[in-house]
Amino acid sequence: MCLALARFIVRRLFLMAALLLGVSLVVFLISHLVPSNPVAANLSQTAMNNPDTVAAYIAKWGLDKPVHEQYLLYMRNLLKGDFGTSIRTGRPVLDDLLHYFPATLELSVFAMVVAVILGILFGVLSAVFKDQPLDLALRTISVSGVSLPSFWFSLLIMSVFCGKLKWFPSGGRINPRLFNPTGGTGIYTLDAIMWGNWGMFADSFRHLVLPGLVLGFFTMGLIARQTRSNLLEAMSMDYIRTARSKGMGERRVVARHALNNALIPIITVSGMGFCNLLGGMVFVEKIFSWPGIGQYAYLSATTLDFPAICGVSLFIASTYLAINLFIDIMYGVVDPRIRYQ
Amino acid sequence: MFKIGAAICALWLAAAFLAGVLAPFDPIKDQNVNRRFTPPNKTHWFGTDSLGRDVFSRVLFGSRLSIAASLATALVSLFVGMAIGGIAGYAGGIVDDLMMRFSEMVQSFPPLILAMVIAAALGPNISNSVLAMAIIWWPNYARLARSLVISIKENDYVSASKILGASHYRILVKEILPGAIGPMLVMCTLDLGNAILMFSGLSFLGLGVQPPTPEWGAMVSDGVLNFNYWWISTFPGLAIFSVAIGANFVGDGIRDYFDPKMRREDWRETRKRKKEKKNEEDNI
Repeated sequence: MCLALARFIVRRLFLMAALLLGVSLVVFLISHLVPSNPVAANLSQTAMNNPDTVAAYIAKWGLDKPVHEQYLLYMRNLLKGDFGTSIRTGRPVLDDLLHYFPATLELSVFAMVVAVILGILFGVLSAVFKDQPLDLALRTISVSGVSLPSFWFSLLIMSVFCGKLKWFPSGGRINPRLFNPTGGTGIYTLDAIMWGNWGMFADSFRHLVLPGLVLGFFTMGLIARQTRSNLLEAMSMDYIRTARSKGMGERRVVARHALNNALIPIITVSGMGFCNLLGGMVFVEKIFSWPGIGQYAYLSATTLDFPAICGVSLFIASTYLAINLFIDIMYGVVDPRIRYQ
Repeated sequence: MFKIGAAICALWLAAAFLAGVLAPFDPIKDQNVNRRFTPPNKTHWFGTDSLGRDVFSRVLFGSRLSIAASLATALVSLFVGMAIGGIAGYAGGIVDDLMMRFSEMVQSFPPLILAMVIAAALGPNISNSVLAMAIIWWPNYARLARSLVISIKENDYVSASKILGASHYRILVKEILPGAIGPMLVMCTLDLGNAILMFSGLSFLGLGVQPPTPEWGAMVSDGVLNFNYWWISTFPGLAIFSVAIGANFVGDGIRDYFDPKMRREDWRETRKRKKEKKNEEDNI
C-alpha cells in the first residue's frame, strides 16, 4: 500500500514537471506571438524616442535573440531557481513571489476553511430538508454564491461594512500605524499567535474577515450544491434504508452512512473551488488592497511584464497541481476501496 | 427554478433587443455635467454617473454586449473543442495523444491570468476578450467531445456506415455528431453564467470593453472610482448577478432534464399517475 502510494506520487510529480514545462512554453509562445511590443509597453514615450535606451533595453532582456534561444536561456535559469527579474518592479521574480505569497496563503486558507464548513453544512441541511423552505433558502444562497461577480460583491460588502457601518477596516492587511510586523512567517494572524500579541491578532483578523468571506462565498456555493445532490443520491441507496430499519437515529444515518459515501465528489469540487479561488483572488485582492499574488498577477499581466507573468503562472499552476495531487491522495483516505495504480 | 431562470433570461434578451426603444436616454452621447451624480429619481431610475449619463439606459444597452459576448465565447469554444476533441477521439493513437496533451497544457494554466495576459497582449477590446476566454475554455469541451466520440464510435451503426464506404468526414458529422451534440450543448448552457462573469470581470479590470461603450463590468469599475455614489456600481452589478443566476438556473434545469437521476417529478404528473393506478385497480 505504502509502496504503491509512493510510486503513485512519484509518477504524478513527473507529470507535474511536464505540465509546468507546458505552462512556461505557453507563456513564452504568447509573449512572442502577440503583436505587442514589450519595449513599448515598458518604456515611456521619451525613452522610446532615444534609440540608445531602446537598444540597451533589448540587449538587457535578450529580445534580439531567436525565440527558441530565449526559451532555452529562460529554462536554464529556471532550473537554477532563477525566475528572472521583473520588468515592472526591477526585483527578482522569485523574491516578489515569496514576498506576496504569505498574504495570499493566509487569505485563501481562511476563505477555504469558511467555504468547506459552510458549504458542507448548507448542503447537508438542504438535502435533509429537501424541497422545504429551508432547502429553498439555502439553495438560493448557494446559487447566488456561484453567480455573484466577485468584484462587485467585494465592492458591495466593502461599502456596507466598511463605508456605512464602519465595522471593519477598509482594506490592507493590518493597521500600519499600530503594528509593523517584520520577520516571522509573514502570515500575520499566525505570527501574532506565536508572538502572543493579541492586539495584533485582533487587528489582522479584522482585516482578514471580509475579503476571506467574499472569496469563500463562491466556493461555498459550489460545495453546497455538490453536497446536496450527492447526499440526496446517497440517501436513496439501499444501505440507508437498512440503517433506518435497524432503528438508527436520522442524525447518525446522515452523518455516518450517507455523508461518508457522498464525500468523494465533494472533495473533487472543493479542489476545483480552491483553484477557482486563486482566480477570484485577483478581484478581491484588488478591491481590498490585499498585497498578494492576485494583485501581483494583475499588475504583471496589464503591464505585459513577461518574466513576472511566467513566474506567477508557474507558481499558481504548481499550486493547482499540488492541490490536485493532494485531492487524489485524499480519495484513498476517504474511501479505502480506492487503490493507487 | 428553471422557470424563474428562463423568465430572467427572456427578460434580459428582450431588454437587449429593445434597448434602443426602451432606453429613455442615449447611453453614450447624452452627457450633461450639470446633472452628474444624480441619485435615482423619476427621470433617472438608476441615477446618473460621473458624466451625467443615465445609468438605466446604460444598463439596458450593456445587456447587448454581455449576452452577445458570452454566447460568442461559449459557441466558439464549443466548435473549437468539438472539432479538436472529436478528431482526437475519432483518430485515436498519436493524434489523440498530441491533441489531448496540448489541451491539458492549456488547462494547467491559471485561467484568469491567461485571459488577462492574452487580453492585455492583444489589446483590450471586445473581440480580444472573447478570444481570450475561448482560448481558456475550449479544452473543457474538447475533453467532453473526445469521451463522447470514443463511446459513440463503437456503435454498430457507425461500423455499418464505415463498411458502406462513408468518408471519415461523413462518419464524424453525420453519424457521430448528432449523438454528441446534446451533452455538449448542456455544458454550453452551464458555462454561460461563468462566461458572463468572466467577461464583465475582464472589463472591470480594464482589459475588455473600453469606455465610453456601456458594459456592466466597466460600469462597476467606474463606481469604484466614485465610491460615495452607490448607484453607479450597484445597478450594473445587479444586472450581471441576475443574468448569471438566470443562466445558472436554466443550465441546471437542462442538465437535470438530461440526467434522469436528477429529474424531479412534477406534482401534476404524480397526481395523474396515482389516478391512473387507481383506475386500473378499480377496473380489476
